[in-house]
Amino acid sequence: MCPDSSQIKGLNRKDLLGISDLDRTEIELILNTAVSLKEILERPIKVVPYLRGKTAAFLFFEPSTRTLHSFSLAARRLSCDSVSVSASSSSVLKGETLLDTAKNLEAMKLNFVVVRHSSPGASHNLARNLRASIINAGDGCHEHPTQALLDLLTIREHFGRFNGLKIAIVGDIEHSRVARSNIYGMSKLGMDVSICGPPTLIPRDIEKMGVKVYYDLKKAIEDKDIIYVLRIQKERQSKGLFPSTREYIKLYSITEDILEKYAKEDVIIMHPGPVNRGLEISVSVADSSKSLILPQVTNGVAVRMACFYLLPGGEERENQLSM
Amino acid sequence: MNKLIIKNARVIDPFTDTDGTFDILIEGEKVIELKRKERGRSPAKGGAKRGKRVKERVIDARGLLVIPGLVDMHAHLREPGREDEETIFSGTTAALKGGYQAVVCMANTEPPIDNIGIVRYINEAEKACDVYPVGAATKGLKGKEIAEIGDLVNAGCVAVSDDGMPIIDAFIMRRALEYSKQFDIPLISHPEDLNLSVGVMNEGVVSTELGLSGTPSSAEETMIARDILLARFTKSRLHIAHISTKGSLELIRRAKEEGLNVTCEVTPHHFSLTDDFVRTFDTNFKMNPPLRSEEDREAMIKGLKDGIIDVIATDHAPHADFEKELEFDQAPFGVIGLETALACGITYLVKPGYITIKQLLQKLTINPSRILSLPIKGLILGEYANITIVDTKLEWVPQRFLSKSSNSPFLGKKLCGKVLYTINKGKVFDWKD
Repeated sequence: MCPDSSQIKGLNRKDLLGISDLDRTEIELILNTAVSLKEILERPIKVVPYLRGKTAAFLFFEPSTRTLHSFSLAARRLSCDSVSVSASSSSVLKGETLLDTAKNLEAMKLNFVVVRHSSPGASHNLARNLRASIINAGDGCHEHPTQALLDLLTIREHFGRFNGLKIAIVGDIEHSRVARSNIYGMSKLGMDVSICGPPTLIPRDIEKMGVKVYYDLKKAIEDKDIIYVLRIQKERQSKGLFPSTREYIKLYSITEDILEKYAKEDVIIMHPGPVNRGLEISVSVADSSKSLILPQVTNGVAVRMACFYLLPGGEERENQLSM
Repeated sequence: MNKLIIKNARVIDPFTDTDGTFDILIEGEKVIELKRKERGRSPAKGGAKRGKRVKERVIDARGLLVIPGLVDMHAHLREPGREDEETIFSGTTAALKGGYQAVVCMANTEPPIDNIGIVRYINEAEKACDVYPVGAATKGLKGKEIAEIGDLVNAGCVAVSDDGMPIIDAFIMRRALEYSKQFDIPLISHPEDLNLSVGVMNEGVVSTELGLSGTPSSAEETMIARDILLARFTKSRLHIAHISTKGSLELIRRAKEEGLNVTCEVTPHHFSLTDDFVRTFDTNFKMNPPLRSEEDREAMIKGLKDGIIDVIATDHAPHADFEKELEFDQAPFGVIGLETALACGITYLVKPGYITIKQLLQKLTINPSRILSLPIKGLILGEYANITIVDTKLEWVPQRFLSKSSNSPFLGKKLCGKVLYTINKGKVFDWKD
């Protein structure tokens, strides 16, 4: 089951910068396309020529292995050439702005630029200055749209629906682009979103984004279908946001014990990776049958293929669909 | 000697409490005649016949507003140090275009205005309108030891301030307030607790949605509370720069009700814009203090209306394009304001009916002039002809600036009210396109 290019209209936008910009129909289009493309990953010869002759650049200002490899695989499966443009935040210190980088990229005649940057809005800045389609692979604590899309695909595969599903996102909400993109996406699809963490890691006025806020993990998880565990970065502790990892584990770590006592029996556990085993989640929970952590990774490739497939890539829509 | 006649001028002058129609005759640098016109009478003709070899220019100001040149008590002219961003000449030229006759420049130049050498340098620099420097309150703006304030005042400084940097040490703040008393100048406080102001924008739902680090309103309010208490204890004059939150306004309201010698200012952007504009990630909306919530903006308007806020000051802070083109969290704080301040006041305060044009002008002329005891007297016979002529109804869109920098949050926004002419010491600058 491959997507019939004559029937898929593509996204009516140049870039994928955040879930906050997308409407429900667009999210569903990406998920449906990902489902079709996922089949390719099961074939003995895992490549189709849909994006032959196109080029994607991966511009990662922040370290990443999982996301970079996932995008890289997604491009290769669709026969899209790719190049990693070496980028470091030090160029900023040397006086080169992201805008300079953008102008250089424009000169390379690229179709897609996948960018990860520590500053919120960095991909928006590139999008304004490049003809290529920009895919935001994480901009600071702002958004990480493809992560949310792969999470949504994983949820739909498991439950077959979104409407009415209850999720608790647990951990460092303040510094999480994954949390923000998921809050946007899940709310748009009719899910009931709660967040939970120590007050120092819950950003101000987040209730106004339409989520319920819990400080007590036991209460937060009691009626939830999904617990989404965020990675805790150890350096947050030195900034005084929580007193010790020991106390964090006591109050917020997802363990078998806490699940058994307070969560629904059929609760599902998700995590964007990489996992700090024994910190925000116990080893046994991460590896348990409740965990969808590995299906999330597979879906990451499929969703990113869909994004490449659906974005115009610096060309008129008709050109792409006539392949 | 050159002559200039401004005919049919609707004059509003807060210095002399004048509101009426006049013909103004200017000879050389001075105003030599102010002829009040009766209502309904057609204007007299024939003024142009007098004199033979005298060059005479007539501006018919019918339908326009004629006001004394404005006074900005808070600008960063960047010279010495960052002449690529602004010079004293370019900054004062921008000020002229904005309708100003005098600019008060802050001490955070490189090197800072903490010794008479720099004051003299500024006094002697080429400039397009009057400049009054503010001296540093502490040596090197470091907040450790008070500067030679006596020397600074003697050389021409009209206030002291470490603006740009707060004086974190309460003991030093107390001593600076106390010591300044003998010179009858205000200490201008930049209210910011650096331990709390760790963000790049206002802390609220917008910073939460954008994932940008936030600076809470309490970073400003705790410092204002401290400074008011110190001003009360030392019985000193305190002027609080660029307030931006509802809580700050309430603290100052109480201080004033108590009769303390406390004054304050607000910038045009803080009564015109909110943190919602940061959603564009446009670094022209990044400044310190940051744009706040709509509730705070409304409080600023209320404070202007009931007189708690004495002054509208620009906090004109030019920055080079290559710096402002950085990502939002990495770009420097600050926006320019001299060329748009009056238009912002008309657009966002007078036109919606919050305050009258006269109230607006008080906050742009006589109030800052009084706080700093500047020698500015308004439209008076025998005084310098520093006059601004404004079309209060003309809509325009700021596109290019005379400032060397263009980091304006009003770039491309429609504003109402444009300065058509600035007359500085009798010299006419025509800004009509």
